[in-house]
Amino acid sequence: MAEPVSQLVASMPRARMLALMTLFLGPAVAIYTLFSIYPLIATMTLSTYTSDPSGVFTFVGLANFVTLLGDAVWSRPFWNAAYNNLIFFCVHMLVQNPIGIALAGLLSLPGLKLKGFYRTVIFLPTMLSVVIVGFSWNLILSPLWGVAEGALKSVGLGAWFAPWMGLPHTALLTLALISVWQFVGIPMMLIYAALLNIPDELTDAARVDGLGQLRIFFHIKLPLVLPTIGMVSILTFVGNFNAFDLIYSVKGALAGPNFASDILGTFFYRTFFGFQLQVGNPTMGAAVATVMFLIILVGVCLYLFVVQRRLRRYSF
Amino acid sequence: MFERQLKSAGVHLLLIAYSCLAVGPILLVVMNSFKKRAAIFGSPLSFPDFTTFSLIGYNKVFSASHVVLYFWNSLVVTLVSMSLVLLLGAMAAWALTEYRFRWTTALSLYLAIGIMVPIRLGSVAILTMMRKAGLNDTLTALILVYVAQGLPMSIFILSEFVQQIPRDLRDAARCDGVPETRIFFEVIAPLLRPAIATVAVFTIVPIWNDLWFPLILTSSDSTHTITLGVQQFLGQYITDWNSVLAALSMAILPIVAIYIVFSRQLIAGLTAGAVK
Amino acid sequence: MKTSSKARMRTGAALAGLVAGMVAAQAGTLKIESWRNDDADIWNSKIIPAFNKVYPDIKVEFSPSAPADYNAALNARLDGGTAGDLITCRPFDASLALYDKHQLDGLNDLKGMDGFSTVAKSAWTTDDGKTTFCVPMASVIHGFIYNKDAFKKIGASEPKTMAEFHAILDKLKKDGTYTPIDMGTADQWEAATMGFQNIGPNYWKGETGRANLISGKEKFTDPQYTAVFKELASWAPYMGSGFEAQKYPDSQNLFTLGKAAIYPAGSWDITTFRGQATFPIGAFKAPTVAGGDCYISDHTDIGMGLNSASKNKDDAKKFLSWLATPEFADLYANALPGFFPLSNAHVTIKDDLAAEMVGWRKECKSTIRNSYQIVNRGTPNLENELWNVSAQVINGALTPDAAGKQLQDGLDKWYHPAK
Repeated sequence: MAEPVSQLVASMPRARMLALMTLFLGPAVAIYTLFSIYPLIATMTLSTYTSDPSGVFTFVGLANFVTLLGDAVWSRPFWNAAYNNLIFFCVHMLVQNPIGIALAGLLSLPGLKLKGFYRTVIFLPTMLSVVIVGFSWNLILSPLWGVAEGALKSVGLGAWFAPWMGLPHTALLTLALISVWQFVGIPMMLIYAALLNIPDELTDAARVDGLGQLRIFFHIKLPLVLPTIGMVSILTFVGNFNAFDLIYSVKGALAGPNFASDILGTFFYRTFFGFQLQVGNPTMGAAVATVMFLIILVGVCLYLFVVQRRLRRYSF
Repeated sequence: MFERQLKSAGVHLLLIAYSCLAVGPILLVVMNSFKKRAAIFGSPLSFPDFTTFSLIGYNKVFSASHVVLYFWNSLVVTLVSMSLVLLLGAMAAWALTEYRFRWTTALSLYLAIGIMVPIRLGSVAILTMMRKAGLNDTLTALILVYVAQGLPMSIFILSEFVQQIPRDLRDAARCDGVPETRIFFEVIAPLLRPAIATVAVFTIVPIWNDLWFPLILTSSDSTHTITLGVQQFLGQYITDWNSVLAALSMAILPIVAIYIVFSRQLIAGLTAGAVK
Repeated sequence: MKTSSKARMRTGAALAGLVAGMVAAQAGTLKIESWRNDDADIWNSKIIPAFNKVYPDIKVEFSPSAPADYNAALNARLDGGTAGDLITCRPFDASLALYDKHQLDGLNDLKGMDGFSTVAKSAWTTDDGKTTFCVPMASVIHGFIYNKDAFKKIGASEPKTMAEFHAILDKLKKDGTYTPIDMGTADQWEAATMGFQNIGPNYWKGETGRANLISGKEKFTDPQYTAVFKELASWAPYMGSGFEAQKYPDSQNLFTLGKAAIYPAGSWDITTFRGQATFPIGAFKAPTVAGGDCYISDHTDIGMGLNSASKNKDDAKKFLSWLATPEFADLYANALPGFFPLSNAHVTIKDDLAAEMVGWRKECKSTIRNSYQIVNRGTPNLENELWNVSAQVINGALTPDAAGKQLQDGLDKWYHPAK
């Protein structure tokens, strides 16, 4: 990024440079600021107000946050949602990313046939809408006509079956695993691309030295793609703490059973837009959104300042 | 020799197993969309045979709903958003790399924040803004939001590509006195082709499948996208399963087609240094 | 003389034509907002054509949204000024909130409003009882729909008391062919609506209990409410295996495929089952607790109101008045059996199951769901809480006592009935 500027460009008159900058950057920055940054700031501002039934807004400072974090009626569902979101994220980190890395490793093995076919098929679920994903997994896992029970019985594990989607201690895990199933294609693709970038000389040299593929992977390839794994992790973090679609589509805004599958996204939706007989509360909703943003910000900063610095980047 | 074949077989076995896991549920949906309702729940795993085959879902979807309109809306929103993201993103990436100022780095960082900022959190204000601008319930509103959402990632990816274009190439045209805009559109843009696939896939997929913004920004039937439109078959008490499955099956096709078209270039783009 | 009278007639005809033309020119399109996307076909094929027989120049468009998103989408449209002229009203506070925000017009002077009883209008009237803001359209009745073949197999007849009900359940369980009670808790609302609100009125004595809850004389921790939860908890062994993951459409499918015997129902299910069940079906009302007066849940469910920002209020008011006519009541009741009109007009319902259910109004006292009026305004939302605890009670995750306590504690946090 810190390239020396081309001589010809540097010698351009300043006014002309400014004009060019405006032309090329203007539209992008304008749309981005107007529809991404400004709304975020507006939401944070709205969270400092409260409204009454007839629609009048009054400034209350940080009162909404005090209520959200202190008043049990609000704080308990909030912390429940935050905690669930954390579990949701951990499942993705522990299941989705390792599987993605493993699949990428397998696909990048030299001389593998049918690469394109596998890549396409494994990436397919990522392209589906949550309605399809939710419906098909609901059907598969349903205790009434589901195939899961039959499949488990056929290998003698019938006793393991339970209505996982409906039990409080398994609902969130089940949904998280379904989400992993859907999105594993993304880390797989990104890490696969990074693995392809490793020059063959390195791996060839290792093979000449007698190392097997597995050891080559763990000792040479993996360390070299750590920066990409880092980026995948932070994208997973942002994506998970922003998640909403799958849970809303399968469980509805109430995210049952007994809020066991409630995450910050569904909590925000319910608060801001209301649900069934519960009327929407725009100011508390804005407060929830602000807190969500702060959580993500803290996570990203932690990553940038603690982890990113320590990752070594290799260029070839 | 034998050991190597065994290992290769093992790798293929693992990959095939996972592929079945990936594709199975999708095939289930498509297969059941061709069966009668009783057969869908009576024997969900079986193929449609003569007694259970039925196109009733597809009939209903095409005749009674505006499925074609929803597809059209999704297509318009996705393609226009992607085009704008590519065009504006490429222009911005070019300017940030080529015309350097004191605050270019700061601007790059500002734009990169967007990758982390979840645009949904600003929904409250976006909704208010759209209402005030009279854009409530239009496709334009969706396009503007999706462009804002896709720009940061696209600028990030495209910047890496622009940097790889040789300096001499960039300067050669200038020596001939070619104006900057022409340099961009005629020299630089064609060289960014590998990046287009990468940006396209990362932009198109989230937009096509998005449920959130169509849910809050479009309220009338004529502006629904296909992801939202399918919901209409899920009634308050009655679920028209045949239509739901038919609509879902049809929603899969365009996106898969686009992906297959782009997939080779996607890999080329990713390995050419989009991700470092 | 003749000429001048002819001339006068011609002028009169011309004038009449001009006036008619002006009226026709002003008649516009009306758009109806609704969550009843289930009914779209009926509206387009039966109801709107019937309206057009009386008012051929007014075009009506029925434009439903997906039910789960209706409130959010409608509010967005109302705030943004793009909502339709006629708004289908949810009962009680959801619509009262719209009236308070001046988004619905008061309809006290509407022609035909006097054809509704105070009870019917109560769901769409301000707390002081002075202004009504939606025309009542339909109510739904709760009961139990059953598979007649299943009952024949075990030699059972419709139960009148809870004891008889449980005897049937035991017989069905022993027989094993049919799932005795067809209900799941995955969607949560069935446990509250077809469970708690269905059998509950017999325990808390209908309107008396409901009024006492509002006034604070009764509490959810009182024995009659705990008894309802206890009864619900006793249903679990008779429900299908894995009922915790059974969703509402699953329950419907289970019944229509002939695999279940008794389906705790809302009268709206009649339409679904008529279309899909291949066996004879019957209905019985909620069993009483060891004799005594019977009560049924007869819940005012759907109304229609006028968008204050509508540009076509005259036509809209014509439509609303038409909704109050006996012709509409008859049409609606027969096109959508299970939704019972609320007007005082007498209506003959042709579907025998629906006719039987509405006939319960004569045998028992009617009441509306006790969580909807007034007590639903604060945080935590009582109705959402009720869904939550009812589902948990059936799942065995919450004891009946704890359920009542959670409801009452939540209510006490914000509700202080004037003593």
